[in-house]
Amino acid sequence: MAISPPIDQVAALPAQDSWFTAARRFCLGRPLGAIGAAVIVVMFVVAVLAPLISPYDPVVNDFAGMLAAPSRAHWLGTDAFGRDVLSRLIYGSRTALLVGFGASVLGATLGAVLGVASAYFGGRVDLYLQRLMDIFLSFPLIILALALVAILGNSIPNLILAIMIPMIPRAALVIRSSALAIREMPYVDAARAAGFRHGRIIMRHMLPNVMAPYLIMLTAFLGQAVLLESSLSFLGLGVQEPIPAWGLMLRGAAVEFAETAPWMAIFPGLAISLSVFAFNLFGDSLRDALDPRLRTQ
Amino acid sequence: MRRHPALSLLILALALAAGVLPLAAQDKPRSGGELVFVVPSEPPSYDAHQEETFGLIHPLAPHYNTLLRVDPTDKTGTKPVGDLAESWTISKDQLTYTFKIRKGVKFHDGSEMTSKDIKASYDKILKPPAGVKSLRKEAYEAIASIEAPDPTTFVVKLKYPESSMLVNLASPWNFIYKADILAKDPHYYETHIMGTGPFKFVEHVKGSHWIGKKNPDYWDKGKPYLDGYRAIFISSSAAQVAAVRGERAMIQFRSFSPPERDQLVQALGNKITVQESPWDCLNFVSMHHDKKPFNDKRVRRALSLALDRYEGSKALSKITLVKDVAGIQVPGTPFATPPAELEKLAGYGHDIAKNRAEAKRLLKEAGVPDGFAFTFKNRGIPHPYEPLGVWLIDQWRQIGLNVKMEMIEASAYHPMLKRGDFEVAMDFQCGFIVEPDLDLPRFLSTSDANYGRHKDTVIDDLMHQQGRATDIEERKKILRQIEKRLLDEEAHVIYTLQWHRIVPHLSKVKGWTITPSHYLNNQLDTVWLSE
Repeated sequence: MAISPPIDQVAALPAQDSWFTAARRFCLGRPLGAIGAAVIVVMFVVAVLAPLISPYDPVVNDFAGMLAAPSRAHWLGTDAFGRDVLSRLIYGSRTALLVGFGASVLGATLGAVLGVASAYFGGRVDLYLQRLMDIFLSFPLIILALALVAILGNSIPNLILAIMIPMIPRAALVIRSSALAIREMPYVDAARAAGFRHGRIIMRHMLPNVMAPYLIMLTAFLGQAVLLESSLSFLGLGVQEPIPAWGLMLRGAAVEFAETAPWMAIFPGLAISLSVFAFNLFGDSLRDALDPRLRTQ
Repeated sequence: MRRHPALSLLILALALAAGVLPLAAQDKPRSGGELVFVVPSEPPSYDAHQEETFGLIHPLAPHYNTLLRVDPTDKTGTKPVGDLAESWTISKDQLTYTFKIRKGVKFHDGSEMTSKDIKASYDKILKPPAGVKSLRKEAYEAIASIEAPDPTTFVVKLKYPESSMLVNLASPWNFIYKADILAKDPHYYETHIMGTGPFKFVEHVKGSHWIGKKNPDYWDKGKPYLDGYRAIFISSSAAQVAAVRGERAMIQFRSFSPPERDQLVQALGNKITVQESPWDCLNFVSMHHDKKPFNDKRVRRALSLALDRYEGSKALSKITLVKDVAGIQVPGTPFATPPAELEKLAGYGHDIAKNRAEAKRLLKEAGVPDGFAFTFKNRGIPHPYEPLGVWLIDQWRQIGLNVKMEMIEASAYHPMLKRGDFEVAMDFQCGFIVEPDLDLPRFLSTSDANYGRHKDTVIDDLMHQQGRATDIEERKKILRQIEKRLLDEEAHVIYTLQWHRIVPHLSKVKGWTITPSHYLNNQLDTVWLSE
């Protein structure tokens, strides 16, 4: 027999906020996070509308206009092949977001599943999974990503994979600690006692309750992934010419002509900094908003 | 007052002595010091007979001698002089070359070097044992036999006269190895060093550096001047420039790009000296003849017709180390293609719209759809590979091709070409002397360096004919036929642009002269440091 709460108590529960109200409260309460979110939204819009808003084709060489300073024709100047820097930045946002979101969503999700499974099963499963995670954690993020790209090759799917793998143990570690507390909750015991399968308990009762740390990890990873993709491309191990990518725009001629054509390095550098800054601002604010301990302070 | 002529002469002599003597003292080689230089690539193996990268020559050449060498003071890099050979004679019929070998030359293990070692080394080059590769054996097809009748005599007998034979024997790749070692293990030199050169091997730390120290028993008394050298492996060109700019490295023997040169000159002023030269190097595109649609000559010709070489030359020479539009020989050399002849080749005409229309027609005729995609593999060295790659892709895009570039790490690049693991790849030709017999054997059907794997008996026959031609005009005529077939009719390969060599170095590095080849002048026996 199901037990219902008394009717007077149900009426006293606070009404669920709409998305709009929640977003408004977030923007008003955490303006820096809102600025970060706005920049991310702009990046998305720019990436999606790239073919419509880009003034030039980002891969077409125009030797007549090589190394041109910013002007009306080319707002951010041109590079050593006469390619429009603004157009390459616009298309480069697609690469940054594709690799950034691909790697961080996959990394955080796989990490969450492994972290929750590790906490739920405990015992040997937890021991072996955590030691495996410790091995991966012993490598710095960039070193592991570099090694993986060197092994896998440097296509975009491989780049996503190489950035994603080092993120899994980091997500698993954080989410396991949250899941350990949830595992001891009476409703998990009740689900077990009711004879539900492990998969159902993990997916229905535990994973939804680690959403807050998951989202926080995800936003933190986004900035790191964009930075890693740019670093690998700058080192020649990521995206390859002539595909537009911010890190790639910083290497080669941008370095050689740094003194005579500084716009080649300044604008992609700013784009990387701004996007990472935006992801970090948004991630920090989201963490503050979702963490009940901080919320009550 | 009229000055006495004798007094004038005395004053003049004193002035000259005052001005010239310090200069002469300054130019007198000084012993000591360690030369630190940058190498942008690493040796795939230690065996020069089977490799073709400067990544081997630059750090390893100081450990070895060759039979002849190119005069290290000759800027044209075309004059052979003796190295282990003290002198030589050529028979009247030009079929027998007899070399007098130096006495008292010792390997680094203290054993005596004799003509037996030279013969064993050339045997390995000409007829490598099973399982051992020799990249340049085709260049010595004229050799009938080699002999070492006594320890100080080495004889080369030819099947037919070949005017390029002497310079061919001055190849910097033909390190002289120890006969006893080769007899025991023909693979020994792939992983070990044992030579007679001016510097002994100390250590090689992969990815970091190579160290050599002065050979105190070197046969050329008084040399080398340096106490040792350290080659540091840096693949990033920005880091190479930073190393020289910060005076942590003194020279990079390959070349810097035009903007890198300008940066160094601006930063170091008179502390830097720049040497420049036309460069006997060229990038060409190899297309795998066993892979569709590149087995179709119409497709290969279309890829060449798409290139606007003249516009590319003007633009790319500002940002990287390429310059001239050329055929199969370096412009300005005896066998270079006259511009009027060059323009008749596919992709060399000035009317680029017409060329590209023809390219599109050929692709359509060959059944290649618009937007056809393929991967272009390129070597992971910034200059000039990456800018040339970007340019090529843009040019091919203009005839409706969708090309993706894959940059492959430099030390893995040769193995990839050797495996034939590509559809279209950047290949390269660098000679140590501008000479058709040296530059063209890689296009023989049987060559190990024919990575595109074309089979063309017509070119093979023409190559033999030009090698035997004693009349220069006749030889030129045959070379034009080879060129027409190689670059136009069959389009086995696509030539891009001729390289231009720029070596800025710290002014304290003395005794080194630039040549058109970055494979020459790396023994370092003549190099010294003024500070």
